[in-house]
Amino acid sequence: MSLFLGESSAIHNPVVVYALVCLFVILIGATIIVNYLHSRGGSGEFDEIVQRLRTWWVIILLLSSAILLSSETSLIFFALISFLGLKEFLTLAPTRRVDRNVLFYIYLSIPVQYLWAALEWYGMFIIFVPVYLFLFVPLRMVLSGNTSNFLKAAGILHWGVMTTVFSLSHLAFLLMLGPTDRNPYGSGPALVLYLIILTQLNDVAQFIWGKAFGSRRVVPSVSPNKTWEGLLGGMLTTTTLATVLSIWMTPMTLFQGVFAGIGISIFGFVGDVCVSAVKRDLGIKDTSQMLPGHGGVLDRVDSLTYTAPLFFHYVYYFCY
Amino acid sequence: MLGKTARFLFFNFFIRPVVFLYLGVNIRRRNLIPKQGPAILVANHNSHLDTMVLMIACPRSLFRHLRPVAAADYWLKGKFLTWFSRHVLNIVPIFRNKEDRPEGSDPLDPVSQALDEGSAVIFFPEGSRGEPEQMTGFKRGIAILSERHPEVPVVPVYFQGLGRALPRGEGLLVPFLCDMFVGEPLYWGGDEEEFMRRLVRRFESLSREGYKPQWE
Repeated sequence: MSLFLGESSAIHNPVVVYALVCLFVILIGATIIVNYLHSRGGSGEFDEIVQRLRTWWVIILLLSSAILLSSETSLIFFALISFLGLKEFLTLAPTRRVDRNVLFYIYLSIPVQYLWAALEWYGMFIIFVPVYLFLFVPLRMVLSGNTSNFLKAAGILHWGVMTTVFSLSHLAFLLMLGPTDRNPYGSGPALVLYLIILTQLNDVAQFIWGKAFGSRRVVPSVSPNKTWEGLLGGMLTTTTLATVLSIWMTPMTLFQGVFAGIGISIFGFVGDVCVSAVKRDLGIKDTSQMLPGHGGVLDRVDSLTYTAPLFFHYVYYFCY
Repeated sequence: MLGKTARFLFFNFFIRPVVFLYLGVNIRRRNLIPKQGPAILVANHNSHLDTMVLMIACPRSLFRHLRPVAAADYWLKGKFLTWFSRHVLNIVPIFRNKEDRPEGSDPLDPVSQALDEGSAVIFFPEGSRGEPEQMTGFKRGIAILSERHPEVPVVPVYFQGLGRALPRGEGLLVPFLCDMFVGEPLYWGGDEEEFMRRLVRRFESLSREGYKPQWE
């Protein structure tokens, strides 16, 4: 099999392969349990969970093939997520007709930003959106000469591109990180899987803990389903797993792994409620209907908009 | 032969990826589109994309018989556009100016003929694209057509967002997610005013289904 896959394929990394195998084992287990509970007469909410699980299969199959094929396909996969997320954001957020061409340039920033990651040009990667694009957007807006709602429009465009393009593209740069002496297999693809598995598992764990024990709400005005019990239970689950997996999948020490887990848990929650706040502001429930059972792409990657840049800089500072 | 090939290539290799990958269309109740002609598909008009999206959203069995109703003075201008309209889009041309039509004929005659041949026609009762993302009043031509063909279903299709992606008079296609909501078919009930009221009400309820973002 490795004959067909190039040098950059993660198939040569046993940690990645085992992690993916574990992921599929969990997925199969979850499918069996959910189908069993569903057949025993759980309906209503369970229909949605069955559908959500089916969508998880598609997401995980796409993600694992992208990672196993090559680093290029992984970058294209992440760029596509940025594109879909940005499209959902710009469709829902108020925009101005005169800014149609600005929107087009903002979409163009996606391939450029992921190119910096592919080239491993860190300096450019880290300043392109927050400096160059940040300054270019108002410049182009001024040229069209319409000042009504100027500030609001510029703010919306900046926030959208920072979350969906800049933040999420940290997954791409994380993927390009090489092996370290500490853990030769704890390189890019393993780190990306570590982050994505923990962030998404944290969502699921918070949901399950909240359903089972939840009563005290954290931010009732933004997201009424988020409870302290869910948050703390999720944190416990995520941190335990993050610590155990850190030795195997990352170049971090055990101690660093504990804090990575706590960070992913807290900031995954923050990313989630920030997107919830945006949706509440606009008066919508889901960002689109692209992922049956989940809503839109932005609904799925909301936590990653916080955890991806924060985890990247944490690892980059301590281990590289 | 060339026209058929061009039609196949244009819709499957150009329009399909643009509409489903670049833009993204959320279709509700696609099953309400009939599988066979004759049928009248009625849509609100915001952009040239309306026709394109509707055509590839239709079942394959219907696609061959799909013909958009279009103004001859716009679509049959110049050699290439005329060929494109006739063979790739396969339009039913409407001659809006009296002097272009045969003596004593009605502008809707070609549409009636197409329906008699079993085609499914795409009809925009607003008449023109107008201001993007704003629905204007429906013209009564659709009622006249339905009266002539009382057994043919009139299927309302509501579009939203395509006017932002490609408004009238602009060439830059900007990605936006768009909505396409299909409604229950209507039939002629014997009275023009009553028919128009039902049609307008159907569109109003379809338009309330989705989230309409601010855009000015």
